[in-house]
Amino acid sequence: MVKSRNDLFFMSFVYLFIAAVFVVTFYPFWNILIISLNSAEDTLRGNLYFWPRDFSLASYEQILSDGEIWTAIKVTTLRTIIGTPLAVVVISMLSYTLSKRELVGSRFWTLYFIFTMYFGGGLIPYYMVLKSLHLIDNFMVYILPSMMNVFYMIIVRTFMQQLPQELDESAKIDGANYLQIFFRIILPLTTPVLATIGMFTAIMHWNSWFDSYVFTYDSDLKTLQAVLVKILNQYQTGSMVNDAQQAADASKRMAVSPDTIRMAATMVATLPILMVYPFLQKYFVKGMTLGAVKS
Amino acid sequence: MESLMKAETNTQVPPKGRRGRTGSSLGNRLKEQKLLFLLMLPAFVVTLLFSYVPMFGLYMAFTNYSPGGGPFFSQFFTTEFVGFEWFHYFFTSGDFYRVMRNTLAQSFLSLLFGFPMPILLALMINEVRNGWFKRTFQTVSYMPHFISWVIAANIIITVLSSGGVLNGILTGLGIVDEPVQFMQKGPLFWWIIAIANTWKDMGFNAIMYLAAISAINPELYEVAKVDGASRLKQMLHITLPSIRPTVIILAILAIGGILNAGFDQQYLLQNNTVLEYSEVIDTYTYKYGLQNGMFSYGAAVGLFKSAVAFILVLSVNTLAKKMKEQSLF
Repeated sequence: MVKSRNDLFFMSFVYLFIAAVFVVTFYPFWNILIISLNSAEDTLRGNLYFWPRDFSLASYEQILSDGEIWTAIKVTTLRTIIGTPLAVVVISMLSYTLSKRELVGSRFWTLYFIFTMYFGGGLIPYYMVLKSLHLIDNFMVYILPSMMNVFYMIIVRTFMQQLPQELDESAKIDGANYLQIFFRIILPLTTPVLATIGMFTAIMHWNSWFDSYVFTYDSDLKTLQAVLVKILNQYQTGSMVNDAQQAADASKRMAVSPDTIRMAATMVATLPILMVYPFLQKYFVKGMTLGAVKS
Repeated sequence: MESLMKAETNTQVPPKGRRGRTGSSLGNRLKEQKLLFLLMLPAFVVTLLFSYVPMFGLYMAFTNYSPGGGPFFSQFFTTEFVGFEWFHYFFTSGDFYRVMRNTLAQSFLSLLFGFPMPILLALMINEVRNGWFKRTFQTVSYMPHFISWVIAANIIITVLSSGGVLNGILTGLGIVDEPVQFMQKGPLFWWIIAIANTWKDMGFNAIMYLAAISAINPELYEVAKVDGASRLKQMLHITLPSIRPTVIILAILAIGGILNAGFDQQYLLQNNTVLEYSEVIDTYTYKYGLQNGMFSYGAAVGLFKSAVAFILVLSVNTLAKKMKEQSLF
């Protein structure tokens, strides 16, 4: 009897801990959501914690009627759907070559790629190189550098090395060359792990702001997250509302405010991720553990 | 029986990897492998352009680069060589102490919270038997990992604002009389970064430990149960010792990354009132190198960081490898 009472106490602690982590993780998102759905005037009264008091979609109407956000959504979507498949193809081709033990200079090539994980030129020379390549203020600055990722290469290569070698050997005897073997035999067998790295790459593209913020000046090239940084910066310096805006707000009786706009923009940038990632869970758990085996 | 036969047939296959090595010259092998090299080519070029060329560009840290002085690489031959002047400038300026202090303090505090939390979380998740509940909870716990720091910063600033939830709770409970301006208190910034890092990644980092836990032989628990061990005892004496090697390896690797205190968090959460405590190496490099136009200085500070981080990671990896071998044998 004593034993089960001990267990009961222990399990209460476990569930209490998990409930606390759940609240701390989930509630901030909920908080943002309800502020974005509340009218600005009412939000100013504070104490808005569980439910929108004065339901209003004005903030969403305001940001979605802004051309800037639609341009940003377009740029972000484009870089995600162009950049992701390119990265997956380039990384998987490299992984196949490096998985071949007969490759001439195989140790050298592996080191050539792995070394870049540990040492880099840093931001300033990188910027200069981009400038020399005319990639500043160029959409390709989003695509080209992210076509390569050493960590993903290790994951894919490990997976390919675990495939039965006989597949390759027999195809070679049948007269297939490396290209045919790669595209017809290896690639289809590698899809689960390619889905994993594809998902991580897509999320990286959707979430990235720094390259857009620093390497582009043209407002037509800004990504969604970079626009959000601008909104955040304006909030931080308190100059979000200029005079014209203030006059406009006053005439609208404060239907929106810097705060609610910021929350609505945050939600617009977050929702696609929150809607997609639970379905991809099994892939990234697999990818994480696969990568862990090696590194 | 079947496996025995398989093993026997296997011995007749020549050792892998040796194929083609005997009897064919290097030239022949290269010719045979030209398609393999073709598959590697795009990655090779991308890595060359975006990783290796910038490394050569680090030469600018030893010169007086000016953006008006012609194309970047041709300037290497025309600009004045100043040796370690910029490094000297960095070490003797008051900034060095401040920036290093902030970087190390934020990294250390982040490890202090961020390292044990995923372990604790994994241990707790492991105790939950209800599959549906477990999956749902885990999905929610990964959530902060998949949002960008931009969104995370927006969320954190809102929660910590004077009209935010945290101040609501504190004033509601009578702990403080007036709302605390969390984001404007310098020394608090280190703790905010540490807690923000932990909040964002603990659920995701728990995956690694959960994988280690799932590899534990279930018979151990069966035996313990027969012996009358409580669940707490099982956790302390079976689960925890079993994941110890993983914990040690990850701890060593974490120390290797101590100079990578981050960029996004600090840059997005900071404001002018806390700069004294928020500036870390990476934000400092960006500020001086690109925003203030001191390109060579920024490159020098960046090189200092890369070099120290490189040495740290190498030593730490060697240590981790040694530990791995020890735990295996």
